[in-house]
Amino acid sequence: MTIWEYANPKKFMQTSARILPWIIGATVLSLGVGVIWAFFFTPDDFRQGASVKIMFLHVPAAMMAVNAWGMMLVTSLIWIIRRHHVSALAAKAAAPIGLTFTLIALITGALWGQPIWGTAWEWDPRLTSFLILGLFYLGYIALWEAVDDPDTAADLTGVLCIVGSVFAVLSRYAVKFWGQGLHQDSTIMKVGEKDPISPAFYVPLLICIAGFVLLFITLVLLRTRTEIRMRRTQALMARERVA
Amino acid sequence: MMPDLGKYAFEVGWSYVVTFALFAILIGLTLWRQARVKRLLAEVEARQGEV
Repeated sequence: MTIWEYANPKKFMQTSARILPWIIGATVLSLGVGVIWAFFFTPDDFRQGASVKIMFLHVPAAMMAVNAWGMMLVTSLIWIIRRHHVSALAAKAAAPIGLTFTLIALITGALWGQPIWGTAWEWDPRLTSFLILGLFYLGYIALWEAVDDPDTAADLTGVLCIVGSVFAVLSRYAVKFWGQGLHQDSTIMKVGEKDPISPAFYVPLLICIAGFVLLFITLVLLRTRTEIRMRRTQALMARERVA
Repeated sequence: MMPDLGKYAFEVGWSYVVTFALFAILIGLTLWRQARVKRLLAEVEARQGEV
Protein backbone atom coordinates (compact mmCIF):
# COMPACT_ATOMS: atom_id res chain seq x y z
CA MET A 1 0.00 0.00 0.00
CA THR A 2 1.36 3.44 -0.94
CA ILE A 3 0.29 7.01 -0.26
CA TRP A 4 -0.75 7.34 -3.91
CA GLU A 5 -3.74 5.06 -3.24
CA TYR A 6 -5.33 8.06 -1.48
CA ALA A 7 -5.18 9.95 -4.76
CA ASN A 8 -8.07 7.71 -5.80
CA PRO A 9 -11.23 9.74 -4.95
CA LYS A 10 -13.15 6.66 -3.77
CA LYS A 11 -10.33 5.58 -1.45
CA PHE A 12 -9.97 9.16 -0.17
CA MET A 13 -13.72 9.39 0.59
CA GLN A 14 -13.72 6.04 2.43
CA THR A 15 -10.62 6.78 4.49
CA SER A 16 -11.56 10.37 5.33
CA ALA A 17 -15.07 9.28 6.41
CA ARG A 18 -13.48 6.81 8.83
CA ILE A 19 -11.01 9.23 10.42
CA LEU A 20 -13.07 12.44 10.42
CA PRO A 21 -15.07 11.76 13.63
CA TRP A 22 -11.80 11.18 15.54
CA ILE A 23 -10.15 14.29 14.13
CA ILE A 24 -13.23 16.43 14.85
CA GLY A 25 -13.26 15.13 18.44
CA ALA A 26 -9.55 15.87 18.88
CA THR A 27 -10.05 19.35 17.37
CA VAL A 28 -12.89 20.26 19.74
CA LEU A 29 -10.96 18.89 22.73
CA SER A 30 -7.63 20.60 21.98
CA LEU A 31 -9.15 23.93 20.91
CA GLY A 32 -11.52 23.93 23.89
CA VAL A 33 -8.85 23.06 26.46
CA GLY A 34 -6.23 25.32 24.84
CA VAL A 35 -8.39 28.44 24.53
CA ILE A 36 -10.04 28.10 27.97
CA TRP A 37 -6.62 27.55 29.59
CA ALA A 38 -5.13 30.45 27.63
CA PHE A 39 -7.91 32.93 28.35
CA PHE A 40 -8.85 32.07 31.93
CA PHE A 41 -5.86 30.43 33.57
CA THR A 42 -2.64 31.96 32.23
CA PRO A 43 -0.89 34.65 34.28
CA ASP A 44 -0.16 38.16 33.04
CA ASP A 45 3.23 38.71 31.43
CA PHE A 46 5.56 40.84 33.60
CA ARG A 47 6.02 43.33 30.75
CA GLN A 48 2.98 42.94 28.45
CA GLY A 49 0.34 42.34 31.11
CA ALA A 50 -2.87 40.59 30.03
CA SER A 51 -2.21 41.43 26.34
CA VAL A 52 -0.06 38.27 26.26
CA LYS A 53 -3.33 36.31 25.99
CA ILE A 54 -3.50 37.42 22.34
CA MET A 55 -0.40 35.29 21.69
CA PHE A 56 -2.46 32.07 22.01
CA LEU A 57 -4.46 33.03 18.92
CA HIS A 58 -1.94 35.12 17.00
CA VAL A 59 0.98 32.65 16.98
CA PRO A 60 -1.00 29.52 15.95
CA ALA A 61 -2.92 31.49 13.29
CA ALA A 62 0.29 32.94 11.82
CA MET A 63 1.97 29.51 11.84
CA MET A 64 -0.99 27.90 10.11
CA ALA A 65 -1.31 30.70 7.55
CA VAL A 66 2.18 29.85 6.32
CA ASN A 67 1.83 26.07 6.78
CA ALA A 68 -1.45 26.04 4.83
CA TRP A 69 0.34 27.63 1.90
CA GLY A 70 3.10 25.01 2.30
CA MET A 71 0.49 22.25 2.12
CA MET A 72 -1.04 23.90 -0.97
CA LEU A 73 2.43 24.04 -2.54
CA VAL A 74 3.03 20.31 -1.98
CA THR A 75 -0.41 19.29 -3.29
CA SER A 76 -0.09 21.67 -6.26
CA LEU A 77 3.29 20.14 -7.14
CA ILE A 78 1.74 16.66 -6.91
CA TRP A 79 -0.97 17.82 -9.33
CA ILE A 80 1.52 19.39 -11.73
CA ILE A 81 3.87 16.38 -11.70
CA ARG A 82 1.52 13.40 -11.27
CA ARG A 83 -1.91 14.81 -12.29
CA HIS A 84 -3.79 13.47 -9.26
CA HIS A 85 -7.13 15.31 -9.10
CA VAL A 86 -7.59 14.84 -5.34
CA SER A 87 -4.37 16.76 -4.65
CA ALA A 88 -5.50 19.72 -6.79
CA LEU A 89 -8.87 19.72 -5.03
CA ALA A 90 -7.18 19.55 -1.61
CA ALA A 91 -5.14 22.66 -2.51
CA LYS A 92 -8.33 24.44 -3.59
CA ALA A 93 -10.05 23.35 -0.35
CA ALA A 94 -7.20 24.66 1.83
CA ALA A 95 -7.06 28.19 0.40
CA PRO A 96 -10.06 29.77 2.22
CA ILE A 97 -8.84 28.21 5.48
CA GLY A 98 -5.37 29.66 4.96
CA LEU A 99 -6.89 33.05 4.15
CA THR A 100 -8.91 32.93 7.39
CA PHE A 101 -5.77 32.15 9.41
CA THR A 102 -3.96 35.02 7.66
CA LEU A 103 -6.78 37.44 8.51
CA ILE A 104 -6.78 36.29 12.14
CA ALA A 105 -2.99 36.73 12.35
CA LEU A 106 -3.17 40.23 10.82
CA ILE A 107 -6.11 41.41 12.97
CA THR A 108 -4.86 39.96 16.27
CA GLY A 109 -1.38 41.25 15.41
CA ALA A 110 -2.76 44.77 14.94
CA LEU A 111 -4.75 44.54 18.19
CA TRP A 112 -1.63 43.33 20.02
CA GLY A 113 0.70 45.81 18.33
CA GLN A 114 -1.33 48.91 19.22
CA PRO A 115 -0.71 48.79 23.00
CA ILE A 116 2.71 47.09 22.90
CA TRP A 117 4.41 48.75 19.90
CA GLY A 118 2.32 51.91 19.92
CA THR A 119 1.05 51.20 16.41
CA ALA A 120 -1.36 48.70 14.84
CA TRP A 121 0.59 48.57 11.57
CA GLU A 122 4.12 49.18 10.39
CA TRP A 123 5.68 48.43 6.98
CA ASP A 124 7.94 45.95 8.73
CA PRO A 125 9.39 43.06 6.61
CA ARG A 126 7.36 40.34 8.35
CA LEU A 127 4.10 42.30 8.44
CA THR A 128 4.42 43.40 4.83
CA SER A 129 5.26 39.93 3.51
CA PHE A 130 2.33 38.55 5.53
CA LEU A 131 -0.03 41.07 3.97
CA ILE A 132 1.22 40.08 0.52
CA LEU A 133 0.68 36.41 1.43
CA GLY A 134 -2.94 37.32 2.25
CA LEU A 135 -3.29 38.98 -1.15
CA PHE A 136 -1.87 35.84 -2.79
CA TYR A 137 -4.54 33.79 -1.00
CA LEU A 138 -7.23 36.12 -2.41
CA GLY A 139 -5.72 35.89 -5.91
CA TYR A 140 -5.49 32.11 -5.67
CA ILE A 141 -9.18 31.77 -4.68
CA ALA A 142 -10.25 34.26 -7.37
CA LEU A 143 -8.28 32.37 -10.05
CA TRP A 144 -10.02 29.09 -9.20
CA GLU A 145 -13.39 30.85 -9.56
CA ALA A 146 -12.44 32.68 -12.76
CA VAL A 147 -11.39 29.68 -14.88
CA ASP A 148 -14.16 27.35 -16.07
CA ASP A 149 -12.10 24.29 -16.98
CA PRO A 150 -11.04 22.68 -13.65
CA ASP A 151 -7.81 21.16 -14.99
CA THR A 152 -6.70 24.51 -16.46
CA ALA A 153 -7.66 26.21 -13.17
CA ALA A 154 -5.59 23.64 -11.26
CA ASP A 155 -2.60 24.26 -13.58
CA LEU A 156 -2.78 28.06 -13.28
CA THR A 157 -3.36 28.09 -9.53
CA GLY A 158 -0.52 25.58 -9.14
CA VAL A 159 1.87 28.02 -10.81
CA LEU A 160 0.49 30.90 -8.70
CA CYS A 161 1.05 28.79 -5.60
CA ILE A 162 4.71 28.23 -6.51
CA VAL A 163 5.21 31.99 -7.03
CA GLY A 164 3.39 32.84 -3.79
CA SER A 165 5.60 30.44 -1.86
CA VAL A 166 8.33 33.10 -1.98
CA PHE A 167 6.16 35.29 0.25
CA ALA A 168 5.18 32.37 2.48
CA VAL A 169 8.89 31.74 3.10
CA LEU A 170 9.57 35.48 3.46
CA SER A 171 6.77 35.94 5.99
CA ARG A 172 8.26 33.19 8.16
CA TYR A 173 11.94 34.10 7.84
CA ALA A 174 11.78 37.86 7.16
CA VAL A 175 12.89 38.58 10.72
CA LYS A 176 16.04 36.53 10.14
CA PHE A 177 16.76 38.03 6.68
CA TRP A 178 16.46 41.65 7.82
CA GLY A 179 17.78 42.88 11.15
CA GLN A 180 15.44 45.87 11.33
CA GLY A 181 11.68 45.86 11.90
CA LEU A 182 9.33 45.85 14.87
CA HIS A 183 8.35 42.20 14.80
CA GLN A 184 10.39 39.96 17.08
CA ASP A 185 11.89 36.65 16.06
CA SER A 186 10.14 33.42 17.08
CA THR A 187 10.33 32.65 20.79
CA ILE A 188 8.88 29.17 20.91
CA MET A 189 11.64 27.76 18.70
CA LYS A 190 14.12 28.81 21.37
CA VAL A 191 12.91 26.46 24.06
CA GLY A 192 15.89 24.77 25.67
CA GLU A 193 18.11 27.74 24.95
CA LYS A 194 19.17 30.39 27.43
CA ASP A 195 15.87 32.31 27.88
CA PRO A 196 12.94 29.98 27.05
CA ILE A 197 9.30 30.98 27.26
CA SER A 198 7.81 30.07 30.65
CA PRO A 199 5.92 26.73 30.82
CA ALA A 200 2.92 28.70 32.14
CA PHE A 201 2.60 30.11 28.61
CA TYR A 202 4.35 27.40 26.61
CA VAL A 203 2.08 24.46 27.47
CA PRO A 204 -1.27 26.17 26.66
CA LEU A 205 0.34 27.66 23.55
CA LEU A 206 1.33 24.18 22.35
CA ILE A 207 -2.24 22.95 22.97
CA CYS A 208 -3.66 25.92 21.02
CA ILE A 209 -1.24 25.22 18.16
CA ALA A 210 -2.39 21.57 18.15
CA GLY A 211 -6.02 22.79 18.06
CA PHE A 212 -5.37 25.07 15.09
CA VAL A 213 -3.51 22.29 13.22
CA LEU A 214 -6.35 19.84 13.85
CA LEU A 215 -8.97 22.43 12.84
CA PHE A 216 -7.07 22.92 9.58
CA ILE A 217 -6.95 19.15 8.91
CA THR A 218 -10.67 18.77 9.74
CA LEU A 219 -11.72 21.58 7.42
CA VAL A 220 -9.39 20.49 4.60
CA LEU A 221 -10.84 16.97 4.73
CA LEU A 222 -14.45 18.23 4.83
CA ARG A 223 -13.89 20.72 2.00
CA THR A 224 -11.93 18.26 -0.15
CA ARG A 225 -14.77 15.75 0.19
CA THR A 226 -17.20 18.46 -0.96
CA GLU A 227 -14.96 19.31 -3.94
CA ILE A 228 -14.81 15.62 -4.94
CA ARG A 229 -18.62 15.39 -4.75
CA MET A 230 -18.93 18.59 -6.78
CA ARG A 231 -16.56 17.22 -9.44
CA ARG A 232 -18.65 14.02 -9.68
CA THR A 233 -21.87 16.07 -9.91
CA GLN A 234 -20.41 18.14 -12.75
CA ALA A 235 -19.29 14.95 -14.58
CA LEU A 236 -22.77 13.40 -14.26
CA MET A 237 -24.45 16.61 -15.41
CA ALA A 238 -22.12 16.76 -18.42
CA ARG A 239 -23.09 13.16 -19.24
CA GLU A 240 -26.79 14.19 -19.02
CA ARG A 241 -26.24 17.03 -21.46
CA VAL A 242 -24.53 14.70 -23.98
CA ALA A 243 -27.25 12.02 -23.71
CA MET B 1 -14.52 33.76 36.72
CA MET B 2 -13.76 36.42 34.14
CA PRO B 3 -10.03 37.23 34.25
CA ASP B 4 -9.00 40.80 34.99
CA LEU B 5 -7.65 42.02 31.64
CA GLY B 6 -6.94 45.50 32.99
CA LYS B 7 -6.17 48.14 30.39
CA TYR B 8 -5.91 45.46 27.65
CA ALA B 9 -9.54 44.32 27.92
CA PHE B 10 -10.50 45.86 24.54
CA GLU B 11 -7.58 44.34 22.61
CA VAL B 12 -7.76 40.88 24.20
CA GLY B 13 -11.56 40.73 24.07
CA TRP B 14 -11.76 41.71 20.42
CA SER B 15 -8.96 39.29 19.47
CA TYR B 16 -11.00 36.38 20.80
CA VAL B 17 -14.29 37.66 19.36
CA VAL B 18 -12.85 38.24 15.87
CA THR B 19 -11.03 34.88 15.83
CA PHE B 20 -14.08 32.86 16.78
CA ALA B 21 -16.38 34.90 14.54
CA LEU B 22 -14.10 34.12 11.57
CA PHE B 23 -13.94 30.45 12.58
CA ALA B 24 -17.76 30.37 12.82
CA ILE B 25 -18.13 31.91 9.35
CA LEU B 26 -15.59 29.48 7.85
CA ILE B 27 -17.14 26.40 9.49
CA GLY B 28 -20.67 27.60 8.63
CA LEU B 29 -19.81 28.14 4.96
CA THR B 30 -18.04 24.76 4.82
CA LEU B 31 -21.04 22.88 6.24
CA TRP B 32 -23.56 24.85 4.15
CA ARG B 33 -21.70 24.10 0.89
CA GLN B 34 -21.24 20.46 1.93
CA ALA B 35 -25.00 20.06 2.46
CA ARG B 36 -25.82 21.85 -0.80
CA VAL B 37 -23.41 19.75 -2.91
CA LYS B 38 -24.52 16.50 -1.23
CA ARG B 39 -28.15 17.32 -2.06
CA LEU B 40 -27.29 18.26 -5.65
CA LEU B 41 -25.30 15.04 -6.20
CA ALA B 42 -28.12 12.95 -4.73
CA GLU B 43 -30.61 14.61 -7.11
CA VAL B 44 -28.43 14.01 -10.18
CA GLU B 45 -27.72 10.41 -9.19
CA ALA B 46 -31.43 9.78 -8.59
CA ARG B 47 -32.23 11.24 -12.01
CA GLN B 48 -29.73 8.93 -13.64
CA GLY B 49 -30.90 5.89 -11.71
CA GLU B 50 -27.64 5.48 -9.79
CA VAL B 51 -27.27 4.87 -6.08
